[in-house]
Amino acid sequence: MSATRTGRKPPRVGDQPLFRRMLIGIVLVIVALLIVAPLVVIGVQAFSKGWAVYRDTIIHPDTLHAIRLTVFAAIVAVPVNTAFGVAAAWSITKFDFWGRRFLLVVIEIPFSVSPIVAGVAYLFVYGLQGVFGPTLDEYGIKILFAIPGIILASMFVTAPFVARELIPLMQAQGRDLEEAATSLGASGWRTFFSVTLPNIKWALLYGVVLCNARVMGEFGAVSVVSGNIRGQTNTLPLHIELLYHDYQAAGAFAAASILALIAVFTIIAKVALERQGAGRVRRPALVANPAEKTS
Amino acid sequence: MRRNVLPGLRLSLGVTLFYVGLIVVLPLAALVFKAASLGPEDYWRIISSSRALASYRVTVLSALGATVFNLFFGLALAWVLTRYRFPGWRIVDAMVDLPFALPTAVAGIALTALFTTNGWFGSILADLGIKVAYTPLGIMIAMCFTSLPFIVRTVQPVLEDLDPALEEAAQSLGGSDWEIFRKVILPLLTPALLAGVSLSFARSLGEFGAIIFIAGNQPMSTEITALLVFIRLEEYDYQAAAAIASVLLIAAFVMLALTNWMQSRALRYTVKG
Repeated sequence: MSATRTGRKPPRVGDQPLFRRMLIGIVLVIVALLIVAPLVVIGVQAFSKGWAVYRDTIIHPDTLHAIRLTVFAAIVAVPVNTAFGVAAAWSITKFDFWGRRFLLVVIEIPFSVSPIVAGVAYLFVYGLQGVFGPTLDEYGIKILFAIPGIILASMFVTAPFVARELIPLMQAQGRDLEEAATSLGASGWRTFFSVTLPNIKWALLYGVVLCNARVMGEFGAVSVVSGNIRGQTNTLPLHIELLYHDYQAAGAFAAASILALIAVFTIIAKVALERQGAGRVRRPALVANPAEKTS
Repeated sequence: MRRNVLPGLRLSLGVTLFYVGLIVVLPLAALVFKAASLGPEDYWRIISSSRALASYRVTVLSALGATVFNLFFGLALAWVLTRYRFPGWRIVDAMVDLPFALPTAVAGIALTALFTTNGWFGSILADLGIKVAYTPLGIMIAMCFTSLPFIVRTVQPVLEDLDPALEEAAQSLGGSDWEIFRKVILPLLTPALLAGVSLSFARSLGEFGAIIFIAGNQPMSTEITALLVFIRLEEYDYQAAAAIASVLLIAAFVMLALTNWMQSRALRYTVKG
């Protein structure tokens, strides 16, 4: 093999220089127009009224409150969804039980459901016209149009994020290591922390990063359940909408620039984690386990 | 079957079922329950009102347009990113995820700023007599943006794993590049393409944040279904909101079933014995 290698690979399909250059050119132009331009326009618009207006928007109490609420929602929702993701992945990949595949599909539901539908669905659970709403109201517990509603809706939207990264990976890794550890007398927790976790840490972090980005940016579901009270139940994305409709475009883009920055950091973190091997074992394993016999 | 020695089934499955039940199943069940409480006649009247029908039409047609665009552009992008190396390809590869990472509301105002008649693109297009912002075309562009990564990311791994020997064999038999692409490569990509298409289409049907800023939101012409649900809520017409939301939910379930079916089919051909 190495004897015949001259350093030049045979041309593959689509390798003619003209075709290649044209295709790269077309693709790059569309990427620039469709993906890069929106990012650039956020920055340009944010500073269109100058640095002072930008700074005033960011340090305005309503904006600061929106930032705090967004961060708070992430601090609650991301760890809860992480714990859920780990539990779901452990039960689904380390055990065989009836209805396992069905459970996989149910966990994925939030990916396909419109965020607006999610918001409306929560209204019919905790709202005054919902199942528990009237009872909760009697006890003076407010979930909708308040912070708990925002967090619950965010949890719905991002429920599958961590589980989706862990399940295919843990399925591919099998059970042998864990079984060896327990047979040597390690407890369940010890097995998880010293055997399983080191093998899944990058994928776990990957899921956490994506989950966090989505919680902080969620708009549709949150806008149904928040009630949009300025300085009280406005998250950062909702605050952007409010400023935008108040004809404070520069302010809206200033607030948007914070979220755009978070998005850019998310992508950088994603690339860094992919270098560690995260995000490689992809979704198809979620749907069906090829090693499993169909009964 | 082998006896399972691992601990923690009860705890992990308990947590999983409790959480899925509380966070996912309960709200959706409540929504279905609310919609079902309407009775078939009222339900049908609401979901087949002319305004609702118009919203389905604009949503489905825009989603179709966006998906067809993404099918071609997503395939081209995936091809360029796996087959060709050029300066900055890693950056382009990373940028593909921007539509997933960028909050939809941010994407919405950014696209609107670009495409209004005094925006960077809108002013040029206006000279050509094309209006994008506040028309169905604007809805389509917002959908293109938010659903672009699906097709790229489902096709890319398959394209990477494609065995060069297949192409070489076809080349040695005298096939032209176009013939080889159409008869050898494309059939191998088809399951992944279809899966990407169904994910992209489903996402477009439910998209809200990116669209409402650019859409114009005129009833009967540029009002998407998700927005109609939102408007019914603001009018305190909860039953109508439930009914129309249930239509979106059914559409989502159909797409989910279709995607799973396609992916298990795709798996049959990609998994090596």
